[in-house]
Amino acid sequence: MTDLLRRDVALITAGVDLFADAAEQQAARVTRVDWLPPMPGTQADLATVAADPRRVAANADAVRRVQSVRALLVDVVPAADALGLGPRDVLHAGPPIEWARASGPLRGALMGAAVFEGLVDDPDDAPALLERGEIHLDSCHHHSAVGPMAGVISPSMWVFVLEDPATGRRTYCSLNEGLGKVLRYGAYSAEVTDRLRWMSALLGPVLQAAVRGHDPVDVTAILAQMVQMGDEGHNRNRAGTLMLLRELAPAMIESGFSSDQVAQAARFVGGNDHFFLNLGMPACKLALDAARGIAGSTMVVAMARNGTDFGIQVSGTGDTWFTGPALVPDGLFLGDYGPQDANPDIGDSAITETAGLGGFAMAAAPAIVRFVGGTVADALANTRRMYEITLAEHETFAVPVLDFRGTPLGIDVTKVVRTGILPQINTGMAGKVAGTGQVGAGLVTPPAEIFPAALRALAAAAPGPG
Amino acid sequence: MSVEQVEARSGAYADSVTLMQVSRRVLSADGVDAALVAMGTELNLDLLDGMGFTRPAAVTANDLIIAVRAQDDPALAAGLALVAEALAERPGPTGGSFTQQPPRTVSAAARTTGPALALISVPGQHAFTEAMDALDAGCDVMIFSDNVSVQQEIRLKDVAAQRGLLVLGPDCGTAVVGGVGLGFAHTLEPGPVGVVAASGTGAQQVLCLLDAAGIGITAALGVGGRDLSAAVAGRSTRAALAAFDDDPGTELVIVVSKPPADEVAADLRVHAGSLGTAVCFAMIGPGQPDLTAATEQALRALGAAVPTWPSWPGRQGSPRQGALRGLFAGGTLCDEAMVIAAERLGPIGSNIPLRPEWRIDANGAATGHVMIDFGDDELTAGRPHPMIDQTLRLERLAAEARDPATAVILLDVVLGHGAHRDPAAELAPAIAAVEDTTAVVVSLIGARADPQDLNAQAGALQTAGAHVFTSNAEAARFACDLIEVAR
Repeated sequence: MTDLLRRDVALITAGVDLFADAAEQQAARVTRVDWLPPMPGTQADLATVAADPRRVAANADAVRRVQSVRALLVDVVPAADALGLGPRDVLHAGPPIEWARASGPLRGALMGAAVFEGLVDDPDDAPALLERGEIHLDSCHHHSAVGPMAGVISPSMWVFVLEDPATGRRTYCSLNEGLGKVLRYGAYSAEVTDRLRWMSALLGPVLQAAVRGHDPVDVTAILAQMVQMGDEGHNRNRAGTLMLLRELAPAMIESGFSSDQVAQAARFVGGNDHFFLNLGMPACKLALDAARGIAGSTMVVAMARNGTDFGIQVSGTGDTWFTGPALVPDGLFLGDYGPQDANPDIGDSAITETAGLGGFAMAAAPAIVRFVGGTVADALANTRRMYEITLAEHETFAVPVLDFRGTPLGIDVTKVVRTGILPQINTGMAGKVAGTGQVGAGLVTPPAEIFPAALRALAAAAPGPG
Repeated sequence: MSVEQVEARSGAYADSVTLMQVSRRVLSADGVDAALVAMGTELNLDLLDGMGFTRPAAVTANDLIIAVRAQDDPALAAGLALVAEALAERPGPTGGSFTQQPPRTVSAAARTTGPALALISVPGQHAFTEAMDALDAGCDVMIFSDNVSVQQEIRLKDVAAQRGLLVLGPDCGTAVVGGVGLGFAHTLEPGPVGVVAASGTGAQQVLCLLDAAGIGITAALGVGGRDLSAAVAGRSTRAALAAFDDDPGTELVIVVSKPPADEVAADLRVHAGSLGTAVCFAMIGPGQPDLTAATEQALRALGAAVPTWPSWPGRQGSPRQGALRGLFAGGTLCDEAMVIAAERLGPIGSNIPLRPEWRIDANGAATGHVMIDFGDDELTAGRPHPMIDQTLRLERLAAEARDPATAVILLDVVLGHGAHRDPAAELAPAIAAVEDTTAVVVSLIGARADPQDLNAQAGALQTAGAHVFTSNAEAARFACDLIEVAR
């Protein structure tokens, strides 16, 4: 029974101000909703999905499942072994795409990977192979994997293996190469492939020995701590990287590799502020994958971009990608690069926002607030705005400046459509010409139209109105 | 011929994002062709090379590099000055704004307020989604919006029942909760009566009569005009009765309704008998007590005195043959007046007819006895409710006054929160303009403490010539008397 008659009157008003005004004149406590019509043409689908009797329990289940995952780093192995990749299988970021539609940075990364795998000697010979389909492309997401920017994972690259101990489920991500001219930003010069070879020859094996000689590294725990140390887990991973190094350094030293080799590995990890990104991302994927395929759930379980398309997957609609054109980020540029040099949004790293980090945790990362307009207040507003489109607050990722409120977790398609507020993503920017590398970093959103499309599919899958 | 300067400053750290902004600002200056202000990391040194600058010797990652290339010396100096200025800049004392933006959905609002009563008055096609969101957030809901389908109404009320919540409405015009009048509502004292209303203005009539009798209320809960229809079957009425039955302050509940579905009303009476709290029914319909009579029954059940309902006699009109023309803002008041008049005068044409064959076009010229509900959806599309905006009714009043067939014009005037601030100021001149051969009878629905001042409104209408009643039933009977006596 309602306790409406037993509690003090508190009102929330949505709609005409007249009623809120009248209640305030009678000294009632009124919270006004700034209501605006939903995205055009969506009201019937919104009503159908709102009436879906499975929705509330399904979304609660989705959130609970995400929060119950613990991501442990259990191994570091070559991708061929972990992912069962054949010599000509290559994974990439974002929804599936063929070579003909691939953007510059993805093309550059695929060309570099072809050289790295020894499929061609000259990167310029790679496009012919790729055009003919002699190198098989597929989404990382289709193989329990994620990759930042171009997200290219080829068989000889080493990957982190993350496991949820309760279920044994695993996810995978490549090792981070650093900034500047790197494969994931579309660069493929000899310097790039040489670094990749060193990573497979030394960095991977040292990390493997360290991880195997150590208890599993609790990546979820590091994520929770780094959010309280000024990282948001997408564009800032400095504290996370240092904590990882702290965890692994003794085991690296005891790994049996020479002090010179250990020093090389430690120097590389410590010199790359984004090294931990490639652990945070698969941890986010491991958590979100737990919430896939819940009938009636309107929660987004993946946001990913391939440099051409931006795609989302939603718990209640299975493996369907809802895609639209990726937008060009708005942000700051390195050197004399400018907006004309930037490729549209690319990478699986928006999995961090999907899991309540990145742009959603911007309030936790005052050091990089200038990406969001310049002030700490803007960063707070950014995170607060994301609560409008999410189902829950993260139990583990807490924002100190918001009185340790949990970060906004679980993007709800219906709330995005109702409010018109799009998920805010912090991202790096790749040069649009293959081979360029990174040109800047900034903010981007998904294309708005993919949310009404996902809503339409949710409505079609609902049992029907009434 | 361009000029350039490359400089490395040690111990001058700034974060990369700040420096990217500085670089961008310098680059935007006139005559500056290239600029890089950055810490001396390997990445930035590569960028410096790529931009055609010469690396300074022995730079470390802890050194700040300032490199500017300009078209001439003055431009270079200006660029370097801009670097110094941008690096020295500190945010103003105000900083950014930390004020919180208003919430965009009810569920977002409820995260900070906790469970509350959500008042939904968004356009009808969006109301269901917003109301469901409020229920999801654990809020009771009052839906002012109309155009919510019966299926959606049932769904909302079933979900509310599952979660122990209450849905008031849709198309719910009035409620009083915790002493606060919501929507069209009156200023009332606390007291022993609870009101459940499947009718807005019907509830307002009952509440104002109780107020005139000096009896206050615990709460008034509007459940929507369809709640006692066969389809909705009293879902919210039962939930509201349960809440009142559980409330120790409520000694008696009055259920007010537009004409209900017979079987729903019958079931409800049986259900009411099972409650610990006494329940009186004020349901409009032939053979049923009118709202005034039902209120009097309730007063007697409480052991309270039944007063003479205040009225102010007018000077207009003398009994004569002719037509009764009712121009109502309140649908239930119109229903009640039609039930009373039809018994005495025969068929009453209306846009909300008692019988289907009595339906007329609300916008057409009237013949015979006619009562129009100006609050009906058809007449409120694209304009405010007649309790707020009287334009349409004033036009019709003038038209009916010009019709020689019109003997009596019957009007309701509803006061209270949400209603027009001074309806008599607009109506009085229009009433005064009516020929004295035609009577204007007003049922004035207001509580003693309403912001418009009940007595002042009554006085202004009386002075204009109208006969003013606080009981709508008495007003309707008086109007019939004026016509019947002449027969």
